[in-house]
Order: sequence, then C-alpha cells, then structure tokens
Amino acid sequence: MKEQLQALESEALAKVETASSLQELQGVRVAYLGKKGPITEVLRGMGKLSAEERPVIGELANKVRGNIAAAIDEKKAGIEAEQLEKQLEEEQIDVTLPGRPVAVGGPHLLTSIVEEIEDLFIGLGFEIREGPEVETDYFNFEALNLPKGHPARDMQDSFYITEDLLLRTHTSPVQARTMNAMENKQPVKMICPGKVYRRDTDDATHSHQFTQIEGLYVDKNVRMSDLKGVLDRFAKHMFGEDREIRLRPSFFPFTEPSVEMDISCKMCNGKGCSVCKRTGWIEILGAGMVHPRVLEMAGYDPKVYSGFAFGMGPERIAMLKYGVDDIRHFYTNDLRFLKQYHKA
Amino acid sequence: MFVSLNWLKNYVDIDQLSPEELAERITKSGIEVEGIERFAQASTNVVVGYVESCEKHPNADKLNLCQVNVGEETLQIICGAPNIAQGQKVAVAKPGAVLPGNFKIKRAKLRGVESNGMICSLQELGVEEKYVPKEYASGIFVFPEDTEAGADVTELLNLDDIIIELGLTPNRSDALSMLGVAYEVAAILDVPIRLPQTSLRSADDVAEDHVTVRVEAQDVNPYYGAFIVKDVKIGPSPLWMRNYLMAAGIRPINNVVDITNYVLLEYGQPLHAFDYDKFGSNEVVVRMADEGEKIVTLDDVERTLTAEHLVITNGKEPVALAGVMGGADSEVSDTTTNVLLEAAYFDGQTVRKASKAFDLRSEASNRFEKGVDPNRVREAGVRACQLLSEYAGATVLSGVVEHDQLDYSEKEVTIWTSTINDRLGTSISDEEIADILRKLHFNFKQDGETFIVSAPTRRQDIVIFEDMVEEVARIHGYDNLPFTLPQGGSQAGGLTKNQALKRHVKRFLEGAGLSETVTYSLTSKERSGQLVSPEVKDTIVSTVSLAMPMSEEHSTLRVSILPEMLNSAAYNLARKQADVAYYEIGSIFVSGEEEVSKQPDEKLRLAGVLTGQWLTHPWQQEKKPVDFFVAKGILEALFASLKVDVTYKQAKIDGLHPGRTAQLFAGDRAIGFVGQVHPAMQKAYDLKETYVFDVDFDYLLEIHHNEPSFAVIPRFPSVSRDIALVVDETVPAGAVLAVIAEAGGSLVKDIQVFDVYQGEHLEEGKKSIAFSLFYQDPERTLTDEEVEASYQAILAEVAKQFGAELRG
Ligand SMILES: [Zn+2]
Repeated sequence: MKEQLQALESEALAKVETASSLQELQGVRVAYLGKKGPITEVLRGMGKLSAEERPVIGELANKVRGNIAAAIDEKKAGIEAEQLEKQLEEEQIDVTLPGRPVAVGGPHLLTSIVEEIEDLFIGLGFEIREGPEVETDYFNFEALNLPKGHPARDMQDSFYITEDLLLRTHTSPVQARTMNAMENKQPVKMICPGKVYRRDTDDATHSHQFTQIEGLYVDKNVRMSDLKGVLDRFAKHMFGEDREIRLRPSFFPFTEPSVEMDISCKMCNGKGCSVCKRTGWIEILGAGMVHPRVLEMAGYDPKVYSGFAFGMGPERIAMLKYGVDDIRHFYTNDLRFLKQYHKA
Repeated sequence: MFVSLNWLKNYVDIDQLSPEELAERITKSGIEVEGIERFAQASTNVVVGYVESCEKHPNADKLNLCQVNVGEETLQIICGAPNIAQGQKVAVAKPGAVLPGNFKIKRAKLRGVESNGMICSLQELGVEEKYVPKEYASGIFVFPEDTEAGADVTELLNLDDIIIELGLTPNRSDALSMLGVAYEVAAILDVPIRLPQTSLRSADDVAEDHVTVRVEAQDVNPYYGAFIVKDVKIGPSPLWMRNYLMAAGIRPINNVVDITNYVLLEYGQPLHAFDYDKFGSNEVVVRMADEGEKIVTLDDVERTLTAEHLVITNGKEPVALAGVMGGADSEVSDTTTNVLLEAAYFDGQTVRKASKAFDLRSEASNRFEKGVDPNRVREAGVRACQLLSEYAGATVLSGVVEHDQLDYSEKEVTIWTSTINDRLGTSISDEEIADILRKLHFNFKQDGETFIVSAPTRRQDIVIFEDMVEEVARIHGYDNLPFTLPQGGSQAGGLTKNQALKRHVKRFLEGAGLSETVTYSLTSKERSGQLVSPEVKDTIVSTVSLAMPMSEEHSTLRVSILPEMLNSAAYNLARKQADVAYYEIGSIFVSGEEEVSKQPDEKLRLAGVLTGQWLTHPWQQEKKPVDFFVAKGILEALFASLKVDVTYKQAKIDGLHPGRTAQLFAGDRAIGFVGQVHPAMQKAYDLKETYVFDVDFDYLLEIHHNEPSFAVIPRFPSVSRDIALVVDETVPAGAVLAVIAEAGGSLVKDIQVFDVYQGEHLEEGKKSIAFSLFYQDPERTLTDEEVEASYQAILAEVAKQFGAELRG
C-alpha cells in the first residue's frame, strides 16, 4: 500500500510538471485529489490494515495529498504569472503618441502684469481702488491742479463726450475721488489700475486705449525718501534684484516735486546700448509728492498731510520685460500672442 | 531746445566735462537731455581757399577751371557750382581730405584737365540742407572777404560743435534761452556765469521824436517797448552768428532778422523788427482785433481775426499779430534802412489762442505762451540794438518809447531746513541750503534755519514752498536721497471681496480653457448696437458717443463687449487660428438720458466667444466642435462654483440664432444670454459657427454665496431610479425636470438627463427623455416603499402637466 501511494505521488507530480494550462492542472487535481480519485480509493482499503500500520499509511496518504496539492498550487501560480506576463505584453501601447489635449486658457498679459503689481503693493499695505472710465472734467483735470486753459492740458489730448465729460486720460482722478470720499480725512494708501484713453493714432508705440496704474499714499509725515524706497522695491520686484533706480526731476501739475524714475538697463547693465539710447537708463514711470493744491481740494490740510503718488503703464512694463515690440499686440488678441503668456 | 555747446561756452566753463558727462549731469538735475549730436560729421583737411582765377573749362560748358590759393600752395581745381567766381574765399577739400559719408578726395582728371581737390558746399561739409542760407543752398559757401586763406574750415564753420537737445517740461520755460541754460549749468557745476554786456552809445536823435506807443489792451500787454534804429545796411550777419543760428536749428536770413533770432535764443525774448518806413504811421497802437478784421501775415496768407486776438496796429490797421507773426506790409526786406524794433510782453494765453487758431506755432509764440522773463524784455531790445549797430552799421536812437505796467517783483518763498528735511527724508544742513541757493543765484535772507528766498523773475515756476523743496532736492541730488519705507499707519491692504471674486472667476474660466482678451471700449456706431443683452437694452436711452472721434471705427462707447471680441475672433480666423475660446470682463457704458449730460452707468459684464473645435485628438479620431452645450456647460460650472442658481429659457434675441439661444435668469431677474451668433451676423464678421455668452457680472458678484459651509457627507446609501418619458417634442426638458423635482419631494437629491430620443418606434411629433433620479436621506436608509411612492407621484404629475407617458 505504501508503494502504491508512492507510485501515485510520483505519477501525479509528473503530470503536474507537464501540465501546460490551468484546465489541465485542474484535471490533475480532480483526477488525483477528487472524491473518486485513486488516493481516496487507497484510503478506503485502510480497513484491512493492522492497527499499527493504519496511522502510518494515513499519515503517508495525507502527506502525498499535501505534496500533490502544493505542487498543483505552485504550478498554478507559475502558469498564472506566465499568462499575466503574456497579457501585459499584448497590452503594450505606444507611449510616444500624443495625449488627449486638455483645453488650456489663461489671463491676458496685461492682467498678469497688473495682478503682479497689485500683489506687490498689497504686501506693502495698499488697497486697490477703481473709478469710472468716463470722467468729469473736474476730476480728470481740475482736481489735479490742471485748470481750464492750463498749457499742460495740451500734453494729453483727450476724447471729450460733452464739454464736461471725457474718457479719463489717466487713472489719477481716482486719487482725487478716493481722497474726497475719505471721511475724517484718514490716511489713504491705494493703487488704481484701469483703462485710460488719449487722442493718439494707433501705431507701434501709441494706442488710443491703454492701461495705467496709479498709486497714492497720503498720511502725516510722508517723505520723498519713502517714495524712493517703495519705487525701489517695485523696480527690483518687477525687473530683478540687481536693477538700480534713479529719480530725475520732471513736471506733473499734480505733484511737486515731480520726478521720473529710470531703471538701469538690463541689456547692457547700465553701460549704454541701443535699447537705452546709450544712456544706461530706461524710463519706467512718473511720480512725485502730492501737490498741496490737490490735497487742499480734496479736503486734506497740506500743512498736516503730505503724500506721494506715482503712475505707470503696464504696457510699457510688459514691453520692457518681455520684449513686446508693438503696443497694438495688447489689443488685437491674436491667440499666438495671448498664449505665449499663459502661465501658472 | 537745441543747445550749441560752443555757444554755451561763451557764458559758462564746461570744458572740464565731456558732452556726455555734461548731458548726464543736466538730466539728473532737472532737464532731460534727449539727444547729443554733432553739428556736422567730421571732415579732415578742408581749408579756406582764395579763388585767384576762374575760367571756363576748355572741354565743358558747365565747369570752371579755378586756381585756388590755400595758403601754402595754389591748387588747380575744377568746380561745377554756378555761384563760383574769382576773388571768393571758399572751402577747399584738399587731396587726401575725407568728407562726411567717408567721401575721400583724390587728384583726378575731369574731361582731360587735372583737378586737385574740391570746392565744397555746406551740405557737402555735413550741414543739413534746411539750415543752409538760401543764397548758398544750390552752390558753394562763400566766406567773408577778410577770412584768411589756409585757415581750418571746421573751426571757422563751427562744424565740430556738439548740439544737445533738451526736452523741456512746461514749467522750465526759463531754459528756452541760452542764458537760462547757462544759469542751470552754472548751478549744477557750481561755476561762475558770464552775462553779455549790453551798452549803447547814445545818439543825439531821440526815439520819442519818431514814434509813440499806446496800449489799449493793457491787461494782456503790460509792456511794449519801441526802439528806433536808423541807416541799417542789410547784409549777411557775422559768420559766428550764422554758425550759432544754424547749430540751434535756425536758417540765417540777413543781419536784421538774424540778430532778432539770435537775441530770441540768447535771452528767450522774442523781438519783432518792422520796416519803419512801411509801418504806415508814427504811432504804435496795441489793441484787441475787431471781429472780422483782416491782416496779411508775412507768409502772405490773409487771416481773419476775432476779438480774442491781440494786434499791433499803426493806429489804422493791424501790422502784426502780437507774439505770433508780423504783417507782410511792414516786413524787413533788402531795401529796409530804418527799423522799428519791438520788445514786448504779451499774455501767454492770448498768444496761445491766436497761434492755435491759425496753426502758427513758432519759436516766438512758444516763448510767449510759456511766459517770458519780465526783467529781460527791455534788456533784450537793448542787446539787439547793440548788435544792430555793431553788425548792421546802424545808428540807434536814444531811449526806448514804452508802455510799462509790468510786474518786476520777485516772489518771496520762505523755507525752513527742518521742513525741507521732513519732506525729503534727508538731513541737509543750513549751510548746504545756503550753498544751494547761492549756486542757483537766488537772493535770500537767512535767519538760522529760516530762509526767505526771492525767486528770480526768470524762474516763473517758483511760487510755493514745494517748488523750493524741488530746487533743493535736485541740486542736492536725488541720488543722495535715502531709501526708506513709509512709517505711518499699518493698514492691512488687500483685495476686497469682489476683487478677490473677480480673480476667482478669471482663474476658473482660464482653467476651463478660455483665454482672456482685452478689447477696445470704443467701437463703431454700427457695432455698438449688436448683441446687446435684453436687460441692458431695456435701460439704454441713448448711446454715448465721442464729440470728435478720430475715426468711425472708434466713435462710440460699447454696450456689449461681444462685437469687438467677435472682431478679434475673426482676426484669428483670418490667420488660420480657427479654434477660439475667449472671455473678457469689462465695463459697458449705459446712459439713461436722451442727451448725455451725466456720467453713464458703468456696468461690468462677463462675455465669452467660442468657435471651431473644442477638442481635437486626431489619432484617436476624437473631435468635438464647439456647440451650444459647450458654452452652456462652462457657464453652469461657473455658476455652480459661485453657488448661483440660474435658469435657462429659450429666447429670441437680436443677432442670435432664434432656435439656439437661452436667456439667463437668476430668480426673476434677467442676467444675460448664451447662444449661437445668428448665421447672418456670423457671415458679416467672417466667422463660422460661433457661440457667445454675456452675463451681468456686477449682479453675479452681488448674489453669489461664497460663505464657507460644510454639508455633512452622507453615511447612508443612495438609491437611483431611471425614468423615460414620452412627451410632445415641443416640451423643454428643463420644464419636465422642474416638475420632477417638485413632485418627487425632498428625498430627490439630483436629477440628470441621460438620453433624449426621437424617431423610430416613437409617434411623429413625440420625443422621449430619460432621467436618472437619485434618492437619499442623510439620516437613514431609504425603504423601497418611500422611493416607489415618490416615483408614482412623479409619474402622475408629469402625466397631468405634459401628458407624459412612460416609454414602453
Ligand atoms: Zn542699455
């Protein structure tokens, strides 16, 4: 009986060994381990055995069953792994083919520039104010120390709607409006981005519509060195930490003293090149200390309050920063232009 | 203002600096130098030659054969200039000379005759054509007789001069004169200034006996001075003066005209020379013109005047338009012998009105408009008389006949060192302030830190304390200002809720695949009426148009952003960019007045334009053209993110496809539309199938619910049921959905349309809509009975309202 079991074992193991599919393997399992299989058959004849032999053969039979079952499981795992491998091989794709496109949009370059500047000034404690694009002559000119007949009104030929209404020529009226609206004449610390309009024929450097950002800080003891410090922060943030600024005297009716701010030319590092017209400096914005007349008209006592103001053109900043060569690009909305500046 | 550095050197020493260094110093201290140019490109080896003889070339009619003494030798030169003559002193480029444009002069044979050099015109020496005196414009330049042969032409003609161009701001009219620039440079460099000495030999004859002056318009003509100059010999002005004028951009004419121009540039004071014998009387009367009065100005144009214009008259008729241009009748000419010289102060705005009305902007009108220095008016007249006697052989009569009510007083401005330092953030000492005032040549009285400054009349821009802050700051140097940050109150700064929300919406739409545009607010009259949302249209009484547009294209303020966006889309289509997905947030301008007199309402709108393919993935054969539901899907997702409930109603709106347009409502309020552009309009814009939306953005900001809240995540399973209903094809799915939601009760959490079918197996005129219903109770597991009850209630209600049947 012992020999019979051992023969069955080697016979089964050989069949397991040669099995090449899961079905074949299942056949072996049913044939040898099933209820009608030869091992069961052998065990049925155990009654004839002596009491000493019975446990020995029983143990041997269980061992044989175990060995066959283990061999079958092992073989099964092998076949399954082989099959999976084959399947995976068949499932291979060409990963170099292009993916399914995702629609991608983005902000306009002017929005990116404006928001970058907004965020910088928010960090310095400024608020953002907005104002109407159709302005009264009073807020656009008079409240900014530009009375009727003032020669400086020539500098900015305007789009009038009626004698008293015009498209604002700068965002400066928002200064006056904000100060006027301030109850108890508290300090004002704001910037105002927005669209402005001037009677210019559209060409590479002129646009009848463009963008401006106005800044204003009015408080007790505001110093011109504060203006210089804030503008320096701005210049380094927008154009790089290694940029230098310089202020040079200029004239605006609503500030006194008035200055223009230049940054050192990035192209030549201040040595002089064609971009900076060989001066080493590039003009960025106008600024100054708020004119006492402007403070007075807005209800602030110029003996108690002082302030600084600045105004800049995001188009110009974008043109310098990204080398945009024609201001009309900002308003044609050519997707080939817009998409260059879609970024996170 | 063009400043000749050679001229400037007569007043201040600038030799210690290169032109570039000087320009930099001037720019940093107050006046922007916009350019540094050489007067002429460099020439070498060009000298004065004496034409000893000049004969016809034996083989050429138009050429002359000249023997020219150039000092050390006599050269045979062939010259084609029509004005060449024996006895002239001319500019000779010797063999080996290099003229501007790298033009090298060599010995050559012309028609068989040897020529050893070239006799030059001013243009050939690099002078711009427009500055060359007329008599030399088409020939060679002739030097004064006393010029020495062999002398270097570069120096004689001032060809090595450097011209710096000043960009003057309106407040710095003081620098519209060489003396003003000299004061500025003297202050910046801290060097002494040399002023011209004006003195006159007194004649026996007195001007008063020859002319009277009466000013009727005293408020606009506070000073009028008349000088009488006799026996003038008209001729060329001295070479040095012609050189300076050309360098400053003025073409020399004759000595009288040149002298008035020279003094204009030197003093900043315009003068006018009348031919005394053609003046028409012995009295000068200054008055406002009569309405319709006429004058022929010296450009030979007849001008019709109004009562706004100030005129100089001879008591009968106008002889000059004050400060702008003289009359033709009394113009100085070659035959003039006696001159009435006017030095006057005319009101800037009055001059401006006339120069603007007749488009006659000149060096003179420009200076009057900006305001001349009261203290230089008479002095400039004296200076001109002195030069006339010196360079035009004239006799200047004694005295000046004048009307004088001019205010010569100097403005006093008090400054304190501490206040200046407070304003600038500096720590400048009293001594430095005093030093700065001295450099500026400002008179002042000092008492400790208090300075009472008398602003010189040439600096009309200095009126208030802040003006002096600027003077101190710029001479102290802006480079020396410290960098500080504001010390005052520490307000937080930041975006308002609406500003933050606007950014959220932008980022959302960009994430959804849309590119932001910025279009013009000014559009054409025609386009301004297109694609206006109904609720906007209802509020428009009139469009807002420019009084004087530059073009019809940009004449009217927009009431919809879409037309200009369609223009931009068409621009892309024309350049093979067929897939466009745009959005823009911007203002529209709505006036509720018949005739615009108040500021229009500026309303923010959110607009979008979509055309072409929404998705293209060629190798997987995936293609999704933009359609109505792409556009609507974007809006639905946006509104969901803003937690705004919006309903869509089929609508007919001008400019949109009548069957593919929905009007949007938040509650009962109309807030915009989404739809396809009408095919006719698509064609007009050269667009293919295009979808647009336009939404009241102000209202979205107003009603959005952005309060953070937490909805419990359900712990109990949901149950779903599908229901396919057959209804008339005209019944909108949205209406059925609304009834299902209502009838289904509170357990229905979501309803989705998953199929719409029409055709085979369905009766003509019917359609089937299939919905998935999702039931859920956050507190417990639902029972079949509850769901079934709701389901039956729905069936009953849709049957009642739409005659809907379950699809078999
Ligand atoms: Zn450079």
